[in-house]
Amino acid sequence: MATTTKTETLVGKKIRRREDPRLITGTATYVDDVKMPGMHHACIVRSTHAAARIKKVNIKPAEERPGVVVVFTGADVKDVGSVPCVAQLPGLRQPHHHVLAQDRVYYVGHPIAVVVATDRYIAADAADAVEVEYDVLPAVADPEKALAPGAPPVHPQWPDNVAFTFHQEGGNIEQAFKEAEVVVKQRITSQRLIPMAMETRGVVADWHAAEKSLTLYSSSQAPHLLRSLLSNIFGIAENRLRVIAPEVGGGFGSKIDVYAEDMLMTFVSQRINKPVKWIESRRENFLGTIHGRGHVDYYELAAKRDGTMLGLKLKIIQDLGAYMQLLTPAIPTLSVLMMPGLYKFKHISADIVGAFTNCFPTDAYRGAGRPEATHGIERMVDILAAELKMDPAELRMKNFPAPDEFPFPTATGLAYDSGDYALPLRTAMETVEYSKLRTEQQQARKSGKLMGIGMSAYGEICAFGPTPATPTGGWESASVKIEPSGKVTVMTGASPHGQGEETTFAQIAADELGVDIDDVIVLHGDTLLVQYGIGTFGSRGTAIGGTALYYALQELKDKIKKYGATLLGSEQVTLVGGGCVDERSGKSVSFAKIAAEAYRPMKLPPGADPGLVATKFWEPPNFTFPFGSHIVITDIDPETGQVSIRRYVAVDDCGKLINPLLVAGQVHGGVAQGLGQALWEEAVYDDNGQLVSGELTDYAVPRAHMMPWIEASHTVTPSPVNPLGVKGVGEAGTIGCTPAVVNSVVDALAHLGVRHLDMPLSPQKIWNVIQGARS
Amino acid sequence: MKRKISLTVNGKSRAEEVEPRLLLIHYLREVAGLTGPHIGCETSTCGACTVLLDGKAVKSCAMFTVQVDGRQITTIEGLAANGKLDLMQEAFWNEHALQCGFCTPGMILTAKQLLADNPNPTEAEIRKGLEGNVCRCTGYQHIVNAVKAAAAKAGA
Repeated sequence: MATTTKTETLVGKKIRRREDPRLITGTATYVDDVKMPGMHHACIVRSTHAAARIKKVNIKPAEERPGVVVVFTGADVKDVGSVPCVAQLPGLRQPHHHVLAQDRVYYVGHPIAVVVATDRYIAADAADAVEVEYDVLPAVADPEKALAPGAPPVHPQWPDNVAFTFHQEGGNIEQAFKEAEVVVKQRITSQRLIPMAMETRGVVADWHAAEKSLTLYSSSQAPHLLRSLLSNIFGIAENRLRVIAPEVGGGFGSKIDVYAEDMLMTFVSQRINKPVKWIESRRENFLGTIHGRGHVDYYELAAKRDGTMLGLKLKIIQDLGAYMQLLTPAIPTLSVLMMPGLYKFKHISADIVGAFTNCFPTDAYRGAGRPEATHGIERMVDILAAELKMDPAELRMKNFPAPDEFPFPTATGLAYDSGDYALPLRTAMETVEYSKLRTEQQQARKSGKLMGIGMSAYGEICAFGPTPATPTGGWESASVKIEPSGKVTVMTGASPHGQGEETTFAQIAADELGVDIDDVIVLHGDTLLVQYGIGTFGSRGTAIGGTALYYALQELKDKIKKYGATLLGSEQVTLVGGGCVDERSGKSVSFAKIAAEAYRPMKLPPGADPGLVATKFWEPPNFTFPFGSHIVITDIDPETGQVSIRRYVAVDDCGKLINPLLVAGQVHGGVAQGLGQALWEEAVYDDNGQLVSGELTDYAVPRAHMMPWIEASHTVTPSPVNPLGVKGVGEAGTIGCTPAVVNSVVDALAHLGVRHLDMPLSPQKIWNVIQGARS
Repeated sequence: MKRKISLTVNGKSRAEEVEPRLLLIHYLREVAGLTGPHIGCETSTCGACTVLLDGKAVKSCAMFTVQVDGRQITTIEGLAANGKLDLMQEAFWNEHALQCGFCTPGMILTAKQLLADNPNPTEAEIRKGLEGNVCRCTGYQHIVNAVKAAAAKAGA
């Protein structure tokens, strides 16, 4: 079959996704769809208490049940290594994180035993039959309470519950506060959230003793990282360990981690010498997959009366949970980097206290540290505007760096790559007819109506990142194989889980090579197939993985030109529609012909090897810094406290767009998760450490009827950091959303004396505020 | 004690002996060998397991297999006739109404039921009709567009 060539470019166009046919027909393979001969099923017995000594675990009633093969408890796995954390901070207290509890449990859901049976139902019944006797201890589930004197110690060896402290300064903060004409202060929280990917986690482990090899299917965002860490923990040679992240049903950061269950299934399969499957239930997903956010922040902002922002102080109390998952302690340090937002602060000071609690660990959830910081600074700017009686948009515009000040150095040590921060804000204001709205609001207030106009001007740190700043490694890889028939296979190390890289990367490859997109396939997620890679998170897939692909393609294009020139007997050729043309003679040779000849090198160009394969590992020189503005208009029912969103306008700048259809999808989905945090979602642990919002029945994720229409548009400021000019868009919607919504609701209630409200903005919370103001 | 039942799955009749407690979703996935219906919550709140039972959308995690004795089940695998995608599948594809795809089979079947009941729904009616199906990726906007597009095409 011949390869077709084309001249129409695809980058920048709305192309429907190439991964969709299998997804819309139900024929994709997620972990739970993996079946193997002789496969066993595992079910995990979990702690019902947040803090307790384990007095006794009686596994006998489980072992006696027909179909049960084996039951393992803490004693069996005490020599298995710790669940890994790759983020290191000076002085970090890191408890050994056993895959099954030893003599003590530290959170509700803590794995205590694993039951292995021939069938899923038998395993579940037998797990229920395991008897655990506890000696219940006092627990602490709130980070500020954990740090208070006399709090129950989460880990007895560290009675103050402090896992680490961290300090960063830039400029001269004391001077800034001395020069200040106005200082505003506020405590701002970012509540714990459940990432809630639609597909829960799952693992199938298949150990082959004769070959000392392991195949592990896991619903992972970073399969190579999982392979390296498992190899290290279990001493399985890395070239005999194959990790497959098959179809992955969403992650949002929660599937970057290596979890106890990845290790536990490896252990079980080695012991029974059979494949074993564990599929997380939704209840387990709430209790035992990382949570996000969990901040209590104390802000102080110093400014001049004319609105010039001088200095910013921030104290973060980070709820870490009981253990360090993969990146747990690093997440609040990202909040520090992001704390100045888009504003020209010269002076900053930040302190983090990482607090142990009897809860599941927090870690990277969509935005990972940047939403907290953005929410904080964007609330503080509105609080300052209210204090100065300035328009919040005017105050923002006054403190943005100008477009000619880039790269813009921040007081936190970053260099913002490129931007025109006023442009999306102006665009959003024009879209909603801002000044007209303010007039309408005045009228509405007179008639007792509660109407709010809220904005955010957000920035992001994306494309994680240069390796020194990214504990997992910051580069990415791509391989491109042009087969003798001219068909093109791309292998990316940035294993996606819904982002659509099979489409966007095919667009890039088709354009660069000048071939039909149908001749390109994109493979990922299998460590046996794909060269070492990092993964998809931190809005890095296209900006880093796409760039690695771009450079691999350039290498192949050079080779194609060399081959083409030799085949045409020309000195110089140009690439046209995939093939080569000698412009002087007008002679040309097709892409398919060059591909075939590359593998049958009868006329080898000087210095050229046969074949058309290139692999590129690319380390970025900097992060990228997307930005944008969201404006949200809310109406509040004074009788019920219910917030309704009249308009949601998002103007995002993620640099160049590879596929606007997919970018829109990322923005909409990001905004939905932001709105979830702003209005509905909260992981609530009670004082005993019980997760009260522990099921989808009790945790309010946005549903179709709760979502407003999102009016999304873009400004385009290319990033100079990579040749594609892209910045990343996976987290933008989430980051821009929460402050715009909260600013809008606070604005609606400002004339009642409201200055700040913490999320989620439940009707009950707002109703109480309105009642308080009336009385 | 296993019970004998017979049913039709995607047009094929099947006779089975099943445990009375076997959930329909587990029957479809583990016994009938299907991969379209997904398990997202086990509490009938997310809709990933939605299938059509005698043409009506039901959540198969909240039904026992023995309850469907003598009845007809259609899963997402049963929609495309002779390799030609159903109108709703095509609309989801065209409008980019899915990202990770895990909720998609259930979402498409619920959307089909929605249009069967109301061939010309408003945006609000579409949103209301889909409220039993959670999608964590798309923010629902492209799903709304897809249902609108399918309605327009069906009416054309």
